[in-house]
Formats: sequence, structure tokens, C-alpha cells
Amino acid sequence: MNKLLFLLLALPTLAFANTALKLDHAPVNVHDHESLQRGARVFVNYCLSCHSANYMRYNRMQDIGLTEKQIKDNLLFAADKPGELMKVSMRPKEAKEWFGATPPDLTVIARSRGADYLYTYLRSFYRDDSRPTGWNNTVFDKVGMPHVLQELQGQMAPVYMTETDHEGKQHQVIERLELVKTGKLTPAEYDATVADLVNYLVWMGEPAQTQRMNIGLVVLAFLGVFFVIAFYLKKEFWKDVH
Amino acid sequence: MEKVISWLDARFPLTASFKAHLSEYYAPKNFNFWYFFGSLALLVLVLQIVTGIFLAMNYKPDGELAFASVEYIMRDVPYGWLIRYAHSTGASAFFIVVYMHMFRGLLYGSFRQPRELVWIFGMLIYLMLMAEAFMGYLLPWGQMSFWGAQVIINLFAAVPFVGNDLSTLIRGDFVVGDATLNRFFALHIVALPLVLVGLVAAHLIALHEVGSNNPDGVEIKKNKDPETHIPRDGIPFHPYYTVKDILGVVVFLMVFASVLFFAPEMGGYFLEANNFIPADPLKTPPHIAPVWYFTPYYAILRAVPPMLGSQFPGVVGMGVAVVIFFALPWLDKSPVKSIRYRGPKFKIALAFFVVAFVWLGILGVLPSTTLGTWIARTLSVVYFAFFLMMPFYTNPAKQGGPLGLWAFLAALIAAIGANVNMALASPIPYVTEVLFAVFVLSFIPMAMFIKGDTAKQEPERVTDK
Amino acid sequence: MSEISVDGSKRRFLVAMSSAVGGVAAVGAVAPFVMSMMPSARALAAGAPVEVDLSKVEPGMLFTAEWRGKPVWVVNRTPEMLAMLGKHDDRLTDPNSDNTAQQPEYCKNPTRSLKPNFMVVVGICTHLGCSPTFRKEVGPADLGADWPGGWFCPCHGSRFDLAARVFNGSPAPSNLVVPPHKYLSETKLLVGEDQKAA
Repeated sequence: MNKLLFLLLALPTLAFANTALKLDHAPVNVHDHESLQRGARVFVNYCLSCHSANYMRYNRMQDIGLTEKQIKDNLLFAADKPGELMKVSMRPKEAKEWFGATPPDLTVIARSRGADYLYTYLRSFYRDDSRPTGWNNTVFDKVGMPHVLQELQGQMAPVYMTETDHEGKQHQVIERLELVKTGKLTPAEYDATVADLVNYLVWMGEPAQTQRMNIGLVVLAFLGVFFVIAFYLKKEFWKDVH
Repeated sequence: MEKVISWLDARFPLTASFKAHLSEYYAPKNFNFWYFFGSLALLVLVLQIVTGIFLAMNYKPDGELAFASVEYIMRDVPYGWLIRYAHSTGASAFFIVVYMHMFRGLLYGSFRQPRELVWIFGMLIYLMLMAEAFMGYLLPWGQMSFWGAQVIINLFAAVPFVGNDLSTLIRGDFVVGDATLNRFFALHIVALPLVLVGLVAAHLIALHEVGSNNPDGVEIKKNKDPETHIPRDGIPFHPYYTVKDILGVVVFLMVFASVLFFAPEMGGYFLEANNFIPADPLKTPPHIAPVWYFTPYYAILRAVPPMLGSQFPGVVGMGVAVVIFFALPWLDKSPVKSIRYRGPKFKIALAFFVVAFVWLGILGVLPSTTLGTWIARTLSVVYFAFFLMMPFYTNPAKQGGPLGLWAFLAALIAAIGANVNMALASPIPYVTEVLFAVFVLSFIPMAMFIKGDTAKQEPERVTDK
Repeated sequence: MSEISVDGSKRRFLVAMSSAVGGVAAVGAVAPFVMSMMPSARALAAGAPVEVDLSKVEPGMLFTAEWRGKPVWVVNRTPEMLAMLGKHDDRLTDPNSDNTAQQPEYCKNPTRSLKPNFMVVVGICTHLGCSPTFRKEVGPADLGADWPGGWFCPCHGSRFDLAARVFNGSPAPSNLVVPPHKYLSETKLLVGEDQKAA
């Protein structure tokens, strides 16, 4: 009976299996302070010139092992004080003229898009001369953003293959991307750099997350003790009830 | 200490209230697992009120500032993240607890005479809770907040004649905007909580007047000790159920803390990914679904086809699906209350209903598809049949269906007829419609020839501890 | 119910344990709510220490900086002004800065400062929170011939000398507050952070 019920309940999820975009798994570890610090540097150097992180304060990076002085000396390009928010100097209006859309704020981008999406997206730019920026992206078609990390990655070009759809028509689809011009980094180094950046974005999406999990362990341990006492308390009183 | 208490008692019924509602309130001794959820609901209510007050200290109900103020709470306010997650997790926990509590009522007939008012107050609490949740969900001012509110408020626009004016009145603007946010904030933090607390008080007062039901459905007040006038199957709520509920609270808190501290987004069901994008009136997210606790009704809304070019029937269907719970005390004709002494028909009907409710909930989360719509239609019929056929399948003395039921089924068939045009687009015309019609029509013989449920004799005393 | 033997001591023990653990739980639950009412990261950032460039503060001049939303005065006292300070101790409520709450330890000296000439003080009257007026002239008509220069509060007439010490008979009970401060270099002052702090 129970199994039948379970099957009945589970059926609709089987019937609507998702055929979403295939994304690469991002190796995120918000406890890895060194990775987060490298990611923060990439973020400040490459992202923060166009994208803001309007809810994030520079000095919050003390949580990932940086001192206020380090933040001040190495990361503070667009602000005067470490307590300031990560604003961007470019005006939204100008940005809209240049890119066709305002670059979104990145503070919580990892929470809305997910780490895997960002990790794949940042590694999927390819040359496309039909686009005004000269760039396109396999997970974000007709993207407005140019490939700002190209000096690191180099340039990729698509390799096409022919696919037949269920009506018998043939389409050219991108099978994979191929490096046609090398950048400063090897492909493995580039992946690692993007991983650091995504790691940082995930951490920035919720800087309290490590503290949250630490407190959670304490709370659960405490409740475990409470449970034992409450259990015996109940048992003791309920001896009376027949 | 005694002096203080006697001073107070001379001026306020302190000891008397404690006795009446706790130490000398006699509850049946055989409460089981399902009876934890009432006190848990009260706990969650308090949690929501307290966390809500502290959130209001830093939240800004302004279209320009709301989203940023939530992130401010999450980052800049010391332990703001904890308070906010407690509130967002609490919202979902509230519905889980309340759904369990309502299901308990269905299992053991807690809505039956003499507890009709307890049930009605409870249902009003449920309605208020839905309004609270809906309005509260707008406040973070993310994309899901905005578009969810936009869609639901537009439902009111489907009301004939006054619809457009009505939805404009609710919004206070021609789109969901600053005015809407501000008034939802006022209602969410002041008006509805006041009503909610009042209703909870009424729910408890009514309950303590008639006494609690129990898994055997036995009225313990009918069997009192002639000397002490204490029900033989009753035990004082305090200390017995206080210590038992403490245990329940600790277990609940363990589950609650696990979600709050380790999965506050709950895979996107408690906090949706799109709600981390600020509200943008010019860009609809590709897929909008309400938060999980509304999805069964949302699925019913989508299942009812538009008739005469109006969405109104769907809105009515959704509204009736909620309101029909109010009628339960008068729909159930069984001579017994508890599922333990009912016959197989009620058990089957309840199982179908639960499956339909859960399944509708799942469909409501998923994007709309033709197949999904048809499944939802079928399940909606099951949902309503559970209620509308209840007078027949629960009444041992009755056979055959009256006119009212025929009219209901005729209306349903008409609804399918109105949707026939949809089938023209499908590869095999009419097949789905015909199947659906056969399914619905099968309820007619069921209603006509259904024999009422058999019921076992309820015991005199409760059967277990 | 009463027939069975109840182990009263075990019951009392369990009730005591539960109450204790419940009490801890209650304190633990209240703590984050109370702490959430402390200044937020935004308030702390706005209240961060401020730097003052002393090269612009000429002798005899008062410069007003803003720290934690309050005016902080930096006065470059001339030798003449400094010479006046010791001459009216008998008319002061607290000439030796014995009230330790009013200045950091390192400013408990006759000039109430780190460097004798630079006076750094929060410009809020210790009476009811008005901001006193800087009156550096000696013996003006309205303040009397014995006025050695200092601050006069327009709200209730409190008088302070050039070391921001309150005169007897003023409604203000204590000297003006010297905020924590330190010198980053000869000409750079940091208000809001103690000398000893790293």
C-alpha cells in the first residue's frame, strides 16, 4: 500500500523529466580561503569595472582571511574605505548604450544563477563576428557581455556538427568549442581561475554561510542533548497514565 | 510568591485560567503522533511574529529600497541572516504543520459535531495564513515576488464586470508597484497578524469548550467518574501533554534547524532562485510557479479551461477548492468519527484525495503542458468528488444520488465540451476528451449505486494509551 | 493514578534538568535577536575612523571633522592659548581630568591632548547634547573680562576652556569628551582609533 502510494506520488516527476542545458559541475568550496582570495582578486580586476556588487562591503573579505590593510592595498580600486560597498563607477545609462543592457549586479548572482551555470558560462565564450561585441556564448545565446577574460583564456571557436530533428530537418549545432588562440593561461589554469572566481561569487552570495553551518552544528548538538532529557522527562511523567 | 499570586488572583483569574486551560483541562489520554501539530502550529506562529517584528526593524517597504534592505538584513545586520531564514523557513514550516494538523482532522473526524466551530475557526486561520503568505512573499521584491503577485492579483481581474477595477484597487496602481508593496507590508505586519491571533484564540477557546477529539473519536466527557467528575479517559493537559509536547517541539526544532542552517533555500522550494533577482516589471521570468504550499490550488486554477473567453471559472474552481473545506462537518454523514471505525469506502476516498492533493501540488510547480493539464483535470475531479460525494459514501442509510450531484456532473461535462476545440490541435482528435468524459461519467453510477460505508461500532472507552 | 509509586526525586531531577536546558535554549534564542539590534556593518562603516590632514589646520584655527555623525573639533592652539590654560584651575569642575570617562588615558594631562598644541574633542555639550560655539577671543564683552577663550554653549550657557574643561557653575556636569585618536604621521591624525590599538 505504502509503496503503491509512493509510486503514485512520484509518477508526475518521472513524466516531466527535465531536459535542461548540460552544465559543468563547479568545484565550489567556500571553506578554501586561498581560492576565495584568488577569486576575489579576479573579481575586482575583471568584473568590478562594469558590474557592481552593491550589497557587498570590501571589509567583509576579512571573513576569508584578508586583513583590512591587504584589502586596502590590493583590492580597493573603486572605493576609498574598506567599509564601503562594492559600487561601480560606470553609470547604468552608459552601460546600457555600450552593451544593450545594464550589467547586472553580481552580489547574489550565484544564488539566482547557480554556481554550475556561472562556471560553464565563463568558459563558453566563442568568437562570433555577427555579434556587435564579436563574442557569443554557448549557454547564453546572443550575450551582450564581451569575453573580458580573453587575455587569460585566449579565443575559442565553435566546431559544428549536423543534427537531424524529429521532422527530418538538418541543423548545424555547436558540438564543442576549440581553442584557436592561446591566452596567458593554459586551459587547465584557466578552468582553475574561473573556479576560484565562481567560488568567490558563491561565497559573496551569502558571506554568512560558513558561520551559518557552524552555528547549525552547535544548535543540533544542543537539541540532541535536549531530546534525551525531554524523552526521559516524558517517560517519567507518563508512568502515571494507564 | 504565594502572596503575589493571591494578590493577582484577587484581581485577575490567573490560577483559574491556568487550571481551566492547562492543569485541569482534561485531554484524552490516547493522543498519537498526529496530535503534535496543534501545539507546533502555535509555536511557529510565535516564531513568525517575533522574527517578523525584528525583520521589520530593518526592512524598507519601498520599491527602490526593499530588495537592498533584505540583502542588508542578510549581510550587514548582526545575525540578520538567522532571523530572515527563520522567518522564510517558518513560513513553509507553518504550512507543513497546518496541513498535517488538517489531515489529522480528516483522519479522526475532528470537524464533526460538536466541533464544527473549532473546524471553521481553523479554516479561517488557514485562509488568513494564505493571505499572510501571499502578501509576505511580495516583500523581498524579487522577480518571483513581483510576478507571483502580478499573476495572482490578475486573477481578480477575471471577476465579471468589476474585475479590472477590483485588481486596480488591490494594487493601488496599474501595475504591481510601490503602492502595492507598501499596503501589502501594512497588511502583512499589522492587520492580518492581529486577525490571526484573534482567530487562534477563538480556535482554542472553542476547542476547550467542547474538549479535544482523539484517534478513537470517543467523547471522553460522556464517561466521567461520578465522584470527581473527571473523564475516565482524560488526563490533565499539564503536566502530561506539556512534557509530551516539549518532546515534540524538540524534534520539530531539530528538523527546522536542519533546514534553516543547512538548506535554507530547500532546493528552491522555500526560497526561489529567481527571487534573488530584483523585481523587473519589464521582464517576466521564463517559469513562474507559486511557492509550494499554494501549488495544489494553482494546478486546479490551470486545470479549469477558460469558458466564454473568461478565466473566471478557473478562479472560481480554485476558490471553491479552498472554501469547500468549510462544509466538511455537514458533508460527512458517517455514524462514527474516526477512520478506525469507518468502512473501506471512506479510507479509499481519503487515499484518493491525498494522492490528488499531493499530485496537484507537484503539477502546480511544473510548467504547463497538455499532458499535465489533463492529469490536473482528472485530479481536480477526484479532489471535488471527495467532498461532493461524501454525503453518499459515508452515509450507511443512503443509496443513489440526488439532483444536485447530477447538476454538478453535467456542469463538468459541459466544461469539457467547451474545451473540445483544444483537442482539434492534438494528433488524435477527441481521444483525451472522450477518456476524460468516461472518467467523469463513471462517477454517476458510483453516485447512483454507491452504497454507504459500513461502519464498526465505536468503543465506549478509548482503546489505547 | 496515585496508586503507583512515583519516584519524586527522579522526577524533580528531570524537571530541573529540563528547566535548565530550556533556559539555555531560551537565552540562546534571544541572543541573536538582541545582537541584531547592535550597530550594523553599515553603521560601523559609517562610524569608521576618520583621517584629518593637520597641515591645513593653522595655529588658532578650529577644524570640524565628522566622526560617527558627530562633530569632532581639532584646534591648533597657539602658545599664548596654551599659556592661559593653567591660570584658572580653581574655577574648573575637573581641572585634572580625573573623570576617566571623558578622555582616554593618554590625554589625562594639563592640555588634554597627545601633542600639546592639537586639541581633539567631540563637539557635543555634556549637558544636553548641543554643539557649543568656539569663542577663542579673550575677555569679550558678553562673556566677561575673565573669559580665557574656549567654548560657550548657546543652549544653556555652559562654558568650557580651551582644553574643553567645564567651568564651575555651568549646567554641564563634566568636561567635553576627547575621542580616541592617534597620529599616523606628523600631519595626519586618525580620529576613532586608540593609540595603542594596532
